[in-house]
Amino acid sequence: MVSLTLEKVGANYGRRTVLSDVNTGLLRGGGLTAVIGPNAAGKSTLFKRIAGLTSGPGTVHLSDAAKGPEGICYMPQDTGANAVLTVYESVLLSAKQGSGWKVKDGELAEIDRVLGELRIADLAFRDLGELSGGQRQLVSIAQALVRRPEVLLMDEPTSALDLFRQIEVLGFMKRLSAQSGMAVLIALHDLNHALRYCDDTIVISGGSVAASGRTHEVITADMLRSVYRVEARVEACSMGRPVVIVDGSL
Amino acid sequence: MMVAMTDQVSGIEGRGRYRALVLRRLLLIFCLLGALFASVAVDMALGPANYPLADVLTALSRPETVSDQLRVVIWDIRMPIALMAVTVGASLSVAGAQMQTILANPLASPFTLGISAAASFGAALGLVAGIAIFPVAVSYMVPINAFLMAMLAALFIHFASTMRGVTVETIVLLGIALVFTFNAALSLLEYLASEQALAAVVFWTMGSLTKATWPKVWITGAVLLFAVPLFARHAWALTALRLGDDKAASFGINVRRLRLEAMMTVSLLAAIPVSFVGTIGFVGLVGPHIARMLVGEDQRFFLPASVLCGALLLSVTSVVSKMLIPGAVLPIGVITALVGVPFFFVLIFTNRRRAW
Repeated sequence: MVSLTLEKVGANYGRRTVLSDVNTGLLRGGGLTAVIGPNAAGKSTLFKRIAGLTSGPGTVHLSDAAKGPEGICYMPQDTGANAVLTVYESVLLSAKQGSGWKVKDGELAEIDRVLGELRIADLAFRDLGELSGGQRQLVSIAQALVRRPEVLLMDEPTSALDLFRQIEVLGFMKRLSAQSGMAVLIALHDLNHALRYCDDTIVISGGSVAASGRTHEVITADMLRSVYRVEARVEACSMGRPVVIVDGSL
Repeated sequence: MMVAMTDQVSGIEGRGRYRALVLRRLLLIFCLLGALFASVAVDMALGPANYPLADVLTALSRPETVSDQLRVVIWDIRMPIALMAVTVGASLSVAGAQMQTILANPLASPFTLGISAAASFGAALGLVAGIAIFPVAVSYMVPINAFLMAMLAALFIHFASTMRGVTVETIVLLGIALVFTFNAALSLLEYLASEQALAAVVFWTMGSLTKATWPKVWITGAVLLFAVPLFARHAWALTALRLGDDKAASFGINVRRLRLEAMMTVSLLAAIPVSFVGTIGFVGLVGPHIARMLVGEDQRFFLPASVLCGALLLSVTSVVSKMLIPGAVLPIGVITALVGVPFFFVLIFTNRRRAW
C-alpha cells in the first residue's frame, strides 16, 4: 500500500515564501487525510508542491508506489467551464495524455466505468459549459480517477456540491481508497466532513503545519480557537459521532 | 476498482455514442475537404477569361490533352493564386486557432493581437524608407521586414502572457495597444511616403493574392506542413489547455514549455503568409470559430477543421473577389470579411453549440 511522508517541504512564488517546513508523519494509503485551514493558508500550494507542479525546498517521500511520482494526481479547483468539449471527451482527455491519437475500446470502457461509478453517465454527452458547478466538480473527480492514481490530492472537491452529493462523494472516496489502497488527501472547509470521513488531518495555517495527526485528536476547541479564531466545541451527536458546534467568532 | 456511489449505470451506451460522435466529425471534415476541392476548381475556372469547369478538371488531370493556352493559364497563372488562397487561409486559421487555445482567448488572432499590423509596418519600412531590417537579403526586403516585425509582435505577446498577474483581458488590451501603435507608425510612414510608395503600401495593406508565385506557395505550404504535425503531436495537451493551466498541469503537461513552443510556431505561421500577401484580417479570427462550432475543441478534429475552414473561407473569397466586378480582381483582404461575416452570423444564430 502506497504511503507518503513530507519532510521540511516548502514552496515559493518568486521571492515570496508561501509554504515552509511542512513535516508530516506517514500518510498511508487506504484512507482519507483531510487538509484543513483558513483561506489562503497554503493548502492548494501544498498539493501543487506534492504533485511537483511548483518548486521549493524539502522532500516528498513516496513508498511502495508502483508508478512513482507519476502516480500522484492533483485535482485542482479550476474545472475549465469554457472548453467546448463534452464530459466524455474531457475525461478521455485526462486518460490519453502522453499517448497516441487512436482511442481503444478498453480506454472507452474505463471512462464508462468511472462515469458510471460517479453516477454521471447521463451527463456524458453534454458540453462542460452547460453543467452546474457541482456537476463540473464530479467531472473533475472522474478526470482524476480515470488516471488510476496512487496518491490523489483533491482540492476542495465538494465545495460546489449539494449536501447529498457531498456525503455521497466523500463516502465513495473513502470506500474507493480502502479498496484500492490509494492515498487520498482532501482539502476541506467543512470540519464535520473531516471528522466523519477522514482518518488523519493536517492543519495548515500561515503557510506551515499548525497541527497534524488523527482527526479526532487534531480538531479540538483549542485548535479552532487558535487557527480559525472561532469559539467552538467538539461534542458527540446523538449517534455518537463527534461534531463541531460553533458558538461564535472571537 | 469496482466501487459505485449507488446504482451503477451501464457504460456500453457511452462507448457507442462516442464512436458515433467521432464518425460524425470525420464526415464533417470530409465535407469541408470536398467543398474546398470544389472551390479551388471554381477559383481556377474564373478570371478575365472564364473556362468551363470540365475543361479545368481536364487541364488538371490530363494537361497534355488541352491547348497550350489553357494549360499555361491554369497551371502557371491561376493555380499558384488558388493554392496561395488555400495555404494562406489554412495558415492564418491554424495560427488563430492555436492563439485562441494557448491564450485562452476567443478574440486572439494574428490580426487582433497586432501581428498583422506589425507586419504591415515592417513592409512599409521597406516600401517607403527602403530600410531592410535584415540587410543580407535585400531582394526580399519587404516580406522579410514584415516577417521579422510580425515575429517581434508575437514574441512580445507571448512573453507578456507569461508574466505573473497578466490576465486574458490584459493580453487583449496589449494586442489592441500594439495594433494602434503600429497603425500610428504606419500612418506616419504613409504621410512621409512618395505617391508611388504610398500606393504600394496601401495595396499591400489591403491584402492580395495576385502576386502569388510558386515559390511563395511552396514556402507557405512548407511552413504549414511543418506546423500542423507539430500541433498534431501535442493534440491532447493542447486540448487540455482549454481546461485551464492548473488542470493541464495536473495532467502532467509542462504548460509553460508547450505554450512557448506553440507560440513560436504560431508566430511563424502568422508571419509568413502576411509577409507574402499583406493584411488579411478575418480568416485568423473566424476560421477557428467556425471549426469549433462544427467539431468542438478536441484538437484531433479541431486542427484539421481549422485548416479546412480557413482554406475554404479564403478560397471562396478569392472566387467572390473575381465575380463582384466582372474583369476585375478586388483585393482579397477587402472581400474576406464581406463574405465571411454573413456566414459567421448564420452559424452563430443557428448553432445551438456554444462558440466559446
